[in-house]
Amino acid sequence: MASFYELTAYELHSMLQNGDITAEELIYSLFDRIQKTETKIKAYITLLKENAINQARLLDKKLRNSNFFGILAGIPIAIKDNICTKNIRTTCSSKMLDNYVPPYNATVIERILAEGGIIIGKTNMDEFAMGTTTESSYYQITHNPWSLEHVPGGSSGGSAAAVAADETILALGSDTGGSIRCPASFCNITGIKVSYGSISRYGLISYACSLEQIGPLTKDVRDCALLLNVLVGRDPYDSTTLNRPKIDFLATLDEDIKGLRIGIPKEFMGTGTAEAVSKAVWNAVHLLESFGVTYDEISIPLIDYAVPCYYIIAMSEASSNLARYDGIRYGYRVEKDEGEWNEIFAEDRLAFGPEVRRRIMLGTYALSAGYYDMYYLKALKVRTLLRNQFEAQFKSYDIILGPTMPTTPFKIGEMISDPLAMYRTDIDTVAANVTGLPAISIPCGFSDGLPIGLQLIGNSLQEELLLRVAYKFQQETDYHKKKPPIGG
Amino acid sequence: MGTAVEKDNMFSDSDEVLIGLEIHVQLTKLKTKLFCGCATDYRGKEPNTYVCPICLGLPGTLPVVNKKAIDFAIMVGLALECEIPSKTFFYRKNYYYPDMPKNYQISQYNKAGGVPIGLGGHVTIEINKQKKTINLTRIQLEEDPGRLTYLGSITSSDYTLVDYNRAGITLLEIVTEPDLRSPREARLFLQKLRSIIEHLGVADGSLEGSMRCDANISIRGGNRVEVKNISSFKAVQKALQFELIRQRRQKADGVKTVMETRHWDDEKGITISLRTKEEEHDYRYFPEPDLVPIEITPDWIEKIRNQMPELPDARRERFIRDYQIPPYDAGVLTSSKALADFFENCIKLYNHPKIISNWIMSDLLRHLNDLNIEINESTVTPEQFVNMLKYIDTGTISRRSAKKVLWDMIREGKPPEQIIQEDGHQRIGDENVIRQFVDEIFKEYPQAVQDAIKDDKAINFLSGQVMRKTRGTADPKITYQLIKEKIDLLRKKAN
Repeated sequence: MASFYELTAYELHSMLQNGDITAEELIYSLFDRIQKTETKIKAYITLLKENAINQARLLDKKLRNSNFFGILAGIPIAIKDNICTKNIRTTCSSKMLDNYVPPYNATVIERILAEGGIIIGKTNMDEFAMGTTTESSYYQITHNPWSLEHVPGGSSGGSAAAVAADETILALGSDTGGSIRCPASFCNITGIKVSYGSISRYGLISYACSLEQIGPLTKDVRDCALLLNVLVGRDPYDSTTLNRPKIDFLATLDEDIKGLRIGIPKEFMGTGTAEAVSKAVWNAVHLLESFGVTYDEISIPLIDYAVPCYYIIAMSEASSNLARYDGIRYGYRVEKDEGEWNEIFAEDRLAFGPEVRRRIMLGTYALSAGYYDMYYLKALKVRTLLRNQFEAQFKSYDIILGPTMPTTPFKIGEMISDPLAMYRTDIDTVAANVTGLPAISIPCGFSDGLPIGLQLIGNSLQEELLLRVAYKFQQETDYHKKKPPIGG
Repeated sequence: MGTAVEKDNMFSDSDEVLIGLEIHVQLTKLKTKLFCGCATDYRGKEPNTYVCPICLGLPGTLPVVNKKAIDFAIMVGLALECEIPSKTFFYRKNYYYPDMPKNYQISQYNKAGGVPIGLGGHVTIEINKQKKTINLTRIQLEEDPGRLTYLGSITSSDYTLVDYNRAGITLLEIVTEPDLRSPREARLFLQKLRSIIEHLGVADGSLEGSMRCDANISIRGGNRVEVKNISSFKAVQKALQFELIRQRRQKADGVKTVMETRHWDDEKGITISLRTKEEEHDYRYFPEPDLVPIEITPDWIEKIRNQMPELPDARRERFIRDYQIPPYDAGVLTSSKALADFFENCIKLYNHPKIISNWIMSDLLRHLNDLNIEINESTVTPEQFVNMLKYIDTGTISRRSAKKVLWDMIREGKPPEQIIQEDGHQRIGDENVIRQFVDEIFKEYPQAVQDAIKDDKAINFLSGQVMRKTRGTADPKITYQLIKEKIDLLRKKAN
């Protein structure tokens, strides 16, 4: 039998409920695993072993003495370090917030705790979620469990690597331009970015507010649905959340997908796409076809402009969102008390790494008088047009399909000196953020032992449909069940 | 330069003077801040205790609009006859300053697709008995920053302290067109605006720093100068007067006025250059992505319209009609909600509107003005004021004493009874007591007595001397009677 830490939340939920295992046993099993593999992976910035054990014990008692059995009761979960956790350091992988301890919980954390979830640690990421490789972290480089010389993807690289290496059962990430789906693809796990406004951003340290959503990184689609049951819903603390009716995402997983129509934009299969990737994606399409799904090759021309559109909006918002880090109220402060405040805070802001500085400067430029119309406003127009083009396709198709990433994982260091080349690899993921549409990444093959991800994009609020198709795919394949060769 | 006449000319209305104002009104009647649940009664409280993660702008927090603030802003918009748009947006105004927790201010904007909560609108003022319309550009909502404080003065302080209690308080910015032609018009406009806002019950303008003003002023053909940091309406007039002299002097000397932002130093009574146009901030406005557009339905507007209380102009008309007081007086009485309320509360206790109005106009306001306070800052209550008037009616005090009693009521904060007792303002009606004073006066002014024997008219002088001696407390009728009797007696003797 598999070790406890290898199981899914869905499986563990019934075991915990039946008393086959206690929450405390599960936590110990998991931390044993972490001890064996974490030195190679470096997924976590902060581990909360003692906290987790105490919480598990309390929970075991509660489970014995009451009727409480929350959806996540006793289930360990790793949290990306840009999601605020009360009294637990939250760094955004930045020197700027190295000492920052939030006095409040993000809404998603409150929801997880209310369902009995146990937070076991805070995971590594690209600094302020700006990156595709998790290499821009102030702390460490996280290694891909499938090949330690390769990056886990980003920016939620720590969360994805932790799930892939069985160093957690569930994880939370955030996706601004692909930051959940890219590492899910690179680490051979499942990750979803929901329709904009479905999950509260309250407590998510903003990079680009109008683009990002928190979301699950899990071992399979079923766990993804399970965690979405906890996360999705209106939050009075986030005005941009939607009033969606309560949905049980697990309930409809089994429903038939026969007769669904899939559109495959040629822009997602362009010249930058590795041959092995497009081959794996086509194999997946043909498999879906065998379940009674039809497909057409289509064109969504503005996808070609999604990357510049995304970066202008993201950087513009970031330049404003990150203005608050001046060292006056919290965060990094130079050892210097004399001088004008603006001189001191200019020095404080040198705590930002090069990628963050680059994006702040470019965003400031894009919003400046005389350039606003040329860049920011134009990007907003492209955004509307791109959404229109997607919406038009959804009249004929239920799902838009393509690869999640154009390639398998990069080697560590391969992209760090060429930001433009790195930005270009977001070609397949950013469209979902710019349009606010839901998109899921699931494993669909390997090339030279490195994972390949399949991306399904749905119409607004069609997460159920995405999950159903992805679930069917996982019922009939075992890519997602493969374990990385890290031993331990 | 500098003669009285020239100075007067400098401040008089003139077509060549262009003044526009930007007024920041704290909507102090809101219980919570604009984007979080923090309480708003921060004045006089321990610094940084009226704060939460949201108004401190801690990482990850998001604003949520206080719906009541929108209600209030719509109400002000309706009162000022602005166009209320069907959709309004918040924008971010980006600039770095330590009093701003996020280093951007959530505000509104009228460019780049932005639509503020009120467009256009106007306020009517009365100047030299003429009605004049001052047009508004827009009204918009925004969050107040925190407050910087220094130990001692800004230059001598070793460090700056920041208090974020004020951060996130709701501000309504009201921007006028450059329709004002003199510092006095500016003050009258502000007075009227404040009265309207107070009548709406959305703000109390007497709270310190709750109404602040920036002014743009230029002489036609010259460059525009923005004057910041004006913290009271009286200061607005002074700051504009100073700036007008400065600009006129420059013009007379052939110096071109620089387009710049200047800082009003209230203590020194001067404006100081803060930054020139080239150093102006680029605020990089863009739509606030953490908030959704606010849809203002016709039903919503109607609901607010139905809740609107009586406004100063309507109240003025009612005063003229119902209380039969002169239009000018009614205008003065409704120039402040507190004053108009005081007037009407007095009437409830003492149904003689004209008497009350006269006493307010001729005495109460003059005293308040001398002390530089407003009616609600004084301890005089309508009950006390009315009691004083009743003492005149009952003959307890004379009209003349009453004027002194009122002055003491205002200055010393005592009720009229106490003043009358302590200072002996009680009217002397006892003939024997008055007769003693009359006898003394006859001895002191023998010539006047002779004059009076010849002509009754001189009796007034003698009676005046008795009143002076008794500090106005002697009953004037009895006094006159006694003097007349005594003079008549002397006439008989002389014959």
